[in-house]
Amino acid sequence: MAAAIDFRDVVVLLGRFPALAGATANVCEGEVVLLRGPNGVGKTTFLRTCAGLNAITSGSAEVLGHDLTADRNNVRRHVGLLGHRTHLYDELTVGDNVRFWASTLGIAESDAMAAADRVGLTGRLLDVEVQRLSAGQRRRTALAVVVARRPRLWLLDEPHAGLDHEGRDNLDELLRQAADAGATIVFASHELDRAESVADRVLEFSGGRIERDDP
Amino acid sequence: MIRDALLIARKDLLIEWRSRVTINQVAPLGLLILIVFAFAFDANRNLLTKGAPGLVWVGVLFAGVLTVQRSFTIESADGITDALRLSSISPVAMFLGKAAAVGLQLFVLEIVLVGGAVVFFDSRIGDPVLLIAAAVTGTGGFSAIGCIYGAMSLGVRVRETLLPLLLIPVVAPILLAGTRAFERALDISTQAGWNWVGLLGVMWGVYLAVGTLAFGPLLEDG
Repeated sequence: MAAAIDFRDVVVLLGRFPALAGATANVCEGEVVLLRGPNGVGKTTFLRTCAGLNAITSGSAEVLGHDLTADRNNVRRHVGLLGHRTHLYDELTVGDNVRFWASTLGIAESDAMAAADRVGLTGRLLDVEVQRLSAGQRRRTALAVVVARRPRLWLLDEPHAGLDHEGRDNLDELLRQAADAGATIVFASHELDRAESVADRVLEFSGGRIERDDP
Repeated sequence: MIRDALLIARKDLLIEWRSRVTINQVAPLGLLILIVFAFAFDANRNLLTKGAPGLVWVGVLFAGVLTVQRSFTIESADGITDALRLSSISPVAMFLGKAAAVGLQLFVLEIVLVGGAVVFFDSRIGDPVLLIAAAVTGTGGFSAIGCIYGAMSLGVRVRETLLPLLLIPVVAPILLAGTRAFERALDISTQAGWNWVGLLGVMWGVYLAVGTLAFGPLLEDG
């Protein structure tokens, strides 16, 4: 199977700090991979680097066939990133946000609204300003934007955080469906029991490197 | 690209419509500046009338800095800059869209401020066409250079204080040319006002060209 992510000795500096210090990883297309490890070991940086948001200081990195050391722009439209921050405009409603971000990728409004519906954002909730939402509802709105993108590579940083039990079950189901449809999913989580039940493989991070690769 | 620029402009104007920061806070501040000068120079109405064009542009300057700052504060909140980088919208379209939204808000603000000058300073509009042309070209240039500096300040933590410090000296030529053109349009001087409008147009063109080239790298660094 083709590699969705192929990192070799990748170093990423945030200021002077090596957030990735020689990370080597290989993720095949269609795999669901969990990134595990304590805070500050490079999981978020790994996800952001895969999305083409961080510059690579040394090493080689290919994501979905795009060489990130040569051009970080081309890969961006093919990934869906759900980070710690939700990337939403507070003053706009849930519906406005989902429609706007979908339209920045040329996605039809009907598809965007179907994605909102898929994560449980329906009815009057669509007309509520994002600044009035709970943390979990914000997270769902951000997830709806990712779903609407239909990315080939899902990059999720603690996606279960802030969601209620029903929302977490819904998210797990969503990830399984996306994987069945051929998408590659890489996610970081501290909810290990739940996350390991979804993942095909686990990459253990330590000190900016991947120390273990457990199937 | 035009579709994307309109998408960005529409989004910025929708946020302004919902939050009403420009209407409820920036426009009153601009008027307040005129009123403060009206009180300060009340004993010398003639001086106030002669200085009206400059005072209007001082109002535009301070209100414009706040409008630019607001326009980029909404992009830096909640990691939105990252989401813009992950979208298919080109940096050129983002720059043109944001500059258009800021420019439209500033143009409306100028109408309010000129109205204020008529009421508080007894200004008389002698050449409305020249006045509108100077307002459009001056606002266009201000919003273009403002968006360049706004993008430059995106990743800076002390943006609130740094942006005015960087932007005000750079827009001083717009202030000067706009004031000269307004002096002619408000029948205060007899010098050729259209020459100053031409200069404002050239500055607008230069700032647009610089912005289309620089906005992408600035967004990446921010």
